[in-house]
Amino acid sequence: MTEHAHFIEQHVPRLRRYARALTGDRSAADDLVQDTLERALSRFHLWRQGSDLRAWLFTIMHNIYVNQIRSRMRRQHESLETEPLADVARAHEPDWLELRDLEAALARLPEEQRAVVLLVGLEQFTYEETAHVLGVPIGTVMSRLSRARERLRVMLGGDFKAPTLKVVK
Amino acid sequence: MSKKAVITEDELHAYVEGVLPAGRAAEIEAYLAGHPDEAARVAAYREQIVALHREFDPIVNEPLPHRLQLPRRHWARVLLRSAAVVAGFALGGVTGWQLHAYTTEQRAEAASWPRRAAIAHVVYSPEVRHPVEVGAEQEAHLVAWLSKRLGVPLKVPYLGAQGYQLVGGRLLPGERGPVAQFMYQDSKGQRLTLYVRTNADESGETAFRFAHEHGVGVFYWLDRKLGYALSGEIQKEDLLRLATTVHRQLNP
Repeated sequence: MTEHAHFIEQHVPRLRRYARALTGDRSAADDLVQDTLERALSRFHLWRQGSDLRAWLFTIMHNIYVNQIRSRMRRQHESLETEPLADVARAHEPDWLELRDLEAALARLPEEQRAVVLLVGLEQFTYEETAHVLGVPIGTVMSRLSRARERLRVMLGGDFKAPTLKVVK
Repeated sequence: MSKKAVITEDELHAYVEGVLPAGRAAEIEAYLAGHPDEAARVAAYREQIVALHREFDPIVNEPLPHRLQLPRRHWARVLLRSAAVVAGFALGGVTGWQLHAYTTEQRAEAASWPRRAAIAHVVYSPEVRHPVEVGAEQEAHLVAWLSKRLGVPLKVPYLGAQGYQLVGGRLLPGERGPVAQFMYQDSKGQRLTLYVRTNADESGETAFRFAHEHGVGVFYWLDRKLGYALSGEIQKEDLLRLATTVHRQLNP
């Protein structure tokens, strides 16, 4: 079992990096990592030997994060249908004036778009792995990625022209 | 413009990621040359990726807060809880080892670092896209960076004469601080990793020792300030020959 802990330990710095970028908050991020490690160790028997441990850990983290957002929303008596997840996930909305700042721009993205842009761009998961971690079809990953990158570009001061390429599916 | 200019949004992102086949990437490059708006968009997306790394990569090298360090008593309790509920999961002996390790921490550490080297080998050597953090093309930067993080000037052995080229290196968390891992590869894709850590006691010098962990052979030795472990899934005598070369180059 010590080996299990050692295997998992290799991934902790990256889990922290992703959690920080996802939550935008140092202590919330470490809480999320700690919850993820506890769950991973207590369920290590469920990990399929030979499968990608990193993807498994990120999947656990994603599920915990989504559940946290949902329960926070329940406490706030918000409805999933009327309130975008990101608005509830963030305690402090960044000021519009700060938007050139990358972290603030990330915070303005809907949670599901933020997750995709971070898993692909920062954690360098393939599109397939990202789909697996988030439990969504790959087409959803691609459309979220496209929307997230374009929103970030606009917020970070890129030009405001709409893309001219047609989406061919 | 060529008629192959029908480029999907998905392909454009795959191009940003650099995961398209070379031929298709060249077609997209040609298309972008004639479409400055699209080229600007691609450039902005690539800049986003760079900015994400610039912003968040330092977190990877931060020391872990105590509560996230494994293994510890707290985690041992989690494991024991898990052992209690998972019937037939033979944990007792190993968990016992772990608890025991806390009481004789140093001894356990001395025995476990080659194992950590083997695990790091197992984790990173099969990586296709990200085997290393800094590639061999930036060798000077790699060495300067890892030397700075370990606080000791490092040298990267040259194994070209033995058929192994440097792939690059990465920083890893060790039991007492940062650890460096250099990766080598031969023409058949067989990989070796050299794990370099700092020693608590600078006077230590040992002969080669051999360990076999997770199907990986490890030759390891201490050399004053640094401990080295060369790991590979190759014949023991071949690994010894390479370890000897490494040792000789580090101690000219």
